[in-house]
Formats: sequence, structure tokens, C-alpha cells
Amino acid sequence: MNSSTLLSLSTFIYAFAAFFYVVALIFEKPVLLKPGKWTAIAGCIGNAAGIGLRWIESYKLGIGHAPLTNLYESLIFFALVIIILYLIVEQKYKYNMLGAFVTPLAYFAMAYASLSPNISDRIQPLIPALQSNWLIAHVVACFIGYAAFAISFGISFVYLFKKNTQDSTSFFDRLPDSAILDELNHQMIIFGFLFLTVGIITGAVWANSAWGRYWGWDPKETWSLITWFIYATLLHARMMRGWTGKRIAMLSIIGFMGVMFTYFGVNYLPGLHSYGVLEKTISP
Amino acid sequence: MKKKKNKKKNKSRKSGNKIWKFFVSVKLTVVVLLTLAATSVIGTFVPQNASPGAYINTFGEIPCRIFSFLDIFDMYHSWWFCFLLLLLGINILICSIDKLSSVWKIIFIKNPKFNLSRYKKLSSKKDFVVQQTSSALRESYQKFVSKNFKYIKINDLENGFYIFAEKGRWTRLGVYCVHLSILLLLLGGLIGSIFGFEGRVNITEGETAQNIRLTPTGAKHKLDFAIKCDFFKVNFYDSGAPKEYRSGLTLIEDGKPVLQKEIKVNTPLRYKGINIFQSSYGSSPPKYAALNFVSSKTGLMYHEKTFFEKETNLPEGAGRLIVKKFTRSSSFMGHKLGEAFLATLLFDNKEPVEITLPVRFPSFDRMRKGALIISADSPPYYTGLQVTYDPGVWIVYTGFILIIIGCWITFFMSHQSLCIEVTQKGAKSSVMIAVTANKNRFGMNNKINNLARKLQLIKSPKENKEIQ
Repeated sequence: MNSSTLLSLSTFIYAFAAFFYVVALIFEKPVLLKPGKWTAIAGCIGNAAGIGLRWIESYKLGIGHAPLTNLYESLIFFALVIIILYLIVEQKYKYNMLGAFVTPLAYFAMAYASLSPNISDRIQPLIPALQSNWLIAHVVACFIGYAAFAISFGISFVYLFKKNTQDSTSFFDRLPDSAILDELNHQMIIFGFLFLTVGIITGAVWANSAWGRYWGWDPKETWSLITWFIYATLLHARMMRGWTGKRIAMLSIIGFMGVMFTYFGVNYLPGLHSYGVLEKTISP
Repeated sequence: MKKKKNKKKNKSRKSGNKIWKFFVSVKLTVVVLLTLAATSVIGTFVPQNASPGAYINTFGEIPCRIFSFLDIFDMYHSWWFCFLLLLLGINILICSIDKLSSVWKIIFIKNPKFNLSRYKKLSSKKDFVVQQTSSALRESYQKFVSKNFKYIKINDLENGFYIFAEKGRWTRLGVYCVHLSILLLLLGGLIGSIFGFEGRVNITEGETAQNIRLTPTGAKHKLDFAIKCDFFKVNFYDSGAPKEYRSGLTLIEDGKPVLQKEIKVNTPLRYKGINIFQSSYGSSPPKYAALNFVSSKTGLMYHEKTFFEKETNLPEGAGRLIVKKFTRSSSFMGHKLGEAFLATLLFDNKEPVEITLPVRFPSFDRMRKGALIISADSPPYYTGLQVTYDPGVWIVYTGFILIIIGCWITFFMSHQSLCIEVTQKGAKSSVMIAVTANKNRFGMNNKINNLARKLQLIKSPKENKEIQ
């Protein structure tokens, strides 16, 4: 079995996990939450093993490097971090209904990676600009941040969803209390903010060691900073002006749109970071 | 407490006036942050520092004039963007000074005041009953609490006692650590942009340069030393993607070589605060082609330098060759071959043959199955170096470290206080635990439950002995 098959398999397992969680929520079948969790764990193991295997395969090809270097690899890593983070949150706070809003995100990331015709799953050799020890630290920190924001996005969604439909059927009772959602959302955001900060900083230090400048206002850098500004605004609004609930949920959704643009949108803008175009910096 | 607040208000009224009030508001922070976020978007869609001609082509002349009036083409260094950053800096500074004076008093207090009735009113508390006397619990509870809390105070009550403990008062400073780090980042950036420079220089293999061109102005800048490019090498993967760029450099100061080093992307050279990075490469159009011939029959090798459009007789009587031109991008059956010499082979008794000699693939000509396998050396490269000097970088790095530490403290540590009240009722004691923290109210109930569980497990050492 090679890494591609293993990763496709985990995509299917994630689909099942998402299915269990969503059905459990919509059709009020809490019995399915346990299978949902265990499928998610199975998918997570497959996902992690797939990444590990891909790492080994790259060494067998003689171009060994951590599988964190192109859009395909970053998407499967993103899915893995989302699921791990979600499982930790579920374990810690015991609100398993949130899985219905989070596991689909991991599934979408995996499915997009494998199905999009524009994304190559070939293991490519590392171009000189990426040959750095900062690569792993930078990418891991960024994606932990992104994953935390993704979960916060899911929670915000639940919050607004719950707020907008006031009739209290048992469906919404099953979801955690609004105050808890709000607090959980905050926990995810501060966690994500810390890692986004670390991600930007490791990127800056890397840029300084590769290109001689820690900040160059290239679109990806700028968009990560825009995202940082949005979440910084959110934190100040919450901690200093006492914003909670709906307004924070809205800001968190805007923030996640910033994250998504930093991740995908920037590839369509001119710049150094566009995945796979990094060699532009040093081209004849 | 109220009096103190009033005093402070008076003080700020005196020193501060409207300007102070303007800068001390969190509204300003939110407005500036959102404005920075919104305006930053522009520069990601409009390419920065491109050539004027390119802008006129894309936007037309009149929008171009408006944009250039607003410095949109170099917006991150424009007066209004710098003004926003300055506004943010002042806002952070004033806010922090304003809050810090009152926080300072809270943090550096010797005997924290403590009000038992306040804790009794808290929602996050837990009561339970223990089958022991209060005097039996006193010592072990004290021991347990002092293990987890730095400051501990214990007082006796009529029929029991209470413990007050707290820790993490200093963590209230975390947010100021973050603010200070932002100021350091702004300061470091400012110092870098005033006293630092960034430039580029292309040096052909074997040549020496001392002047660089500053970006983005293009002005000349003379370095204190000269840079000699000993060689430049580029290696490719089998797929044709670049694998490694490498320049051998010698720095020459006062006519003497002072440092010799190979640089690669991600491993620059640093000398006297100046950093030299591998940033690009290229080759100047060659004047001749250095060709190699390998005989298919004998395996003998021949080398020949030939000028363009000049006929050269090939060794072993294999015909004549004319090098036509040099191209940066050649291709064969849809495959990109990169730089190559194009040449024509002439024979006495056969039709002439056009051949491509890609410099990256020396064995390419083997396919032709001719009497000689011809390959061309790549023309001399120049290495493109990025030269930077930034005295502010260490201030920025200090800011980086402080911001991570500061965020950690601000987000995940808190000023916590604990109150345990034990009241004896016959042979039993009723225990009340209450905890406060300035952050993370959410985790508080879990924390209290854990604490209660641990306290219920504690047996006083004396009783243990008696039982034994």
C-alpha cells in the first residue's frame, strides 16, 4: 500500500465520520456519536500514517523531505491537525455534537486535495528556497493556527445557527449552551492566535535567513498580517469592550475568511509564496 | 478603591486633556487595526514597485495618477500607512501607560487584601462534608495548598479556619509584554528603514564588484569591501527543477582577501553586519561556445572554442559545424531543455543537420547517433546577490520572542486566588472551596471539582498513624 491509497482511504473514513456526526445531530441519534468518534480516530490514524509513509517514500525517491511542501501535502496535513485538535477538544470538554460541524471540514480538505485536477499529488523534489530547517516549524505552526481557527469557525457557525432559530426543539438542546459555545470559541481563537503569531514569526525569521529581510509585504505575508489584525481586533473587542456572542462569532467567521484567503486566495496573486512558485525568487 | 479611581481620573484630566483621551481609547485601537487590515489588502492586488509603464498599461493614465498621488504603488512605505502604524504605536503606548499604573499597584502589593464574604457569594464554588475535625484538616490542607500556591494565609475562625491563597499576580503583566513587543517591532522596523539598506548586485564568475544598486530606488551604494565571485554552480534534479544554487565568494578589503565562503539559498554570508544572500543567477549572452566532442568509435575527447557563424572543422573528419545562436529556452518534442546552443552540421556527402546542444543535458546529442557526441559548456554565469544591512533586526527579534512569551502568559496563565473555609460541625467538617481567576472562567468549574476531589482524598497524617 502506498501513501496515496492510504490517504484516499482516510478521505473515505472521514466522510463516514462526518456522516455519523451529521446524522446524529440532524436525526437526533446520539447513539451514532460514539461510532462517529471512533471513525474519526481511525481516519486520523490513516491520515497520519499516510503522511508518514509519504515522508518515507520521498526518501526512497532520493529526494527526502518532510511532506509539507505543496498544496496537496499542506491540505492533508491541515485535515490531520483539524481532526486531532477536534478530538482533543471533544475529549476535554465532552461536547461531541460539534463534530457535525468540524469533521466535514477535514473531509472537504482531504477531498479537495485528492479530487481537484489542479492539485498534483506527486512527490516533488525540494526547490532550493524550501531547503531549510525552518520549513517544518513554519508550516506546522501555521497549520495548527489555521486548524484552531477552522474549529472556531465551526463553533461560530453553530452559535449563529442556534441563535437564529429560537424555537427550542431537542435538536438545539443537544448542542452545547450558547455561553459555553462562546467561551469555547474564545479558547480556540486564543490558541489559534498564538500559533498564527508563531507561524508569522518563524516565517519572518526564515525569510530573513533566506532572502535577507524579515518582512517584504509579499501578498502571503500581508494577508497573514491582515488575518492577525482581524483576530487582534476580535480579542481587544472581547477583552476590553466586553463583546461576546453573536458579534464575536461574526468576527471569527470574517477572520476565518481571512485565513482561507491567506491559504488559497493568495495563490492567484503575484508573489513569492504561491505554492510551487517559490522558485520565482531565484530564477534565471 | 473608589477614592483611588477618582484621584486617577483627576490626574489624567490634568495631564491629559483631549489628546490623551483620544489615544487612550480601545475604540481607536479597533479602528486603527481594522483600517490597517483593510488598506493592506490594496497592496496585495496592486503589484508594488513595478515599472511606471506596466502600471499605465494595466490601469490607464488617469487612475495611475490618482494611485501614484496616494502612493498606492509603494503603499506600505507611504506617508499615510506609516502614519497608521505610528498611530497604532502611540495608541498602544498610551493605553499601556494608562493601565499599567493601576495594574502595578495590584501586582506589587505586599499583603493582598482578602474578603471572605466575597468568596461566599461566588458562583464557582463547591461545598462538601468531611468526616474529620477541622484541627485534623488544618495542617494537611495547608501543606496541600502551599504546594500549589505561592502566597498563603491561614486564619482561625470560631469553630474552624480558613485558608486564603493566590498565585500568578504577575501574569497580569503579560499583555504589557505583548504591547511592548509590538512597540519593539515598530521601532526595529523604523531603525531598519532609516539606517539599513537593501540592494542587489550581479557578479559574473571571476569578476569583482564593490558597488551595489539599492532597491527600490536603484541608487548606487559603495560597500566597504569588494565581493569577488569565484564561481557559480546550479544543479538540477532529473525533472529539470533546480536543486541547488551555489556561489563561491571572496570578500576583499583593502586589497586583501578577508573571507572566503560558499553561499547557497538559505545559507547566506554575514560580514560586519552586512548579509549577502544568493538571490538569482543568470548568464550574460556568450560570445563563443565552448564545445566538447566525444568520438563514438574511439571514445577520445576533444575540446574546441568556436565563435558564432564561423565554420569549424570537426575532429576525426566528421564534417564541419557552425554555431548559429544561443537561446535561453530550447525545447525538444515538448520537453523544456533550458539554455542551449543551436548549431548546424555540414557534411560533404549528406544534407546539413540542425542540432540543439542544451547545456544542462550534455548527453542529449547521443540520441543523434552521429560519429561524434557533441556537447556545449554553459556560458559563464553571473550570480545575483542580495546585500542587506539592518541594524534593527535584533530589536525585531527581541520583539518576536517577547510577543510569544507575552501571548502565552496573557492567554494561558492567570492570577488565581483560592479560598477554603472549614467549619467544624460535631465530628464532621463542612468545607467550602471557591476559586477566582482573572481569565478563563470556563475552566474554573473543572478546576474546583478537581481540587475538591483531591482535598476529599487527603487524610490528616495524625489520623493515619492512629489507625495504624
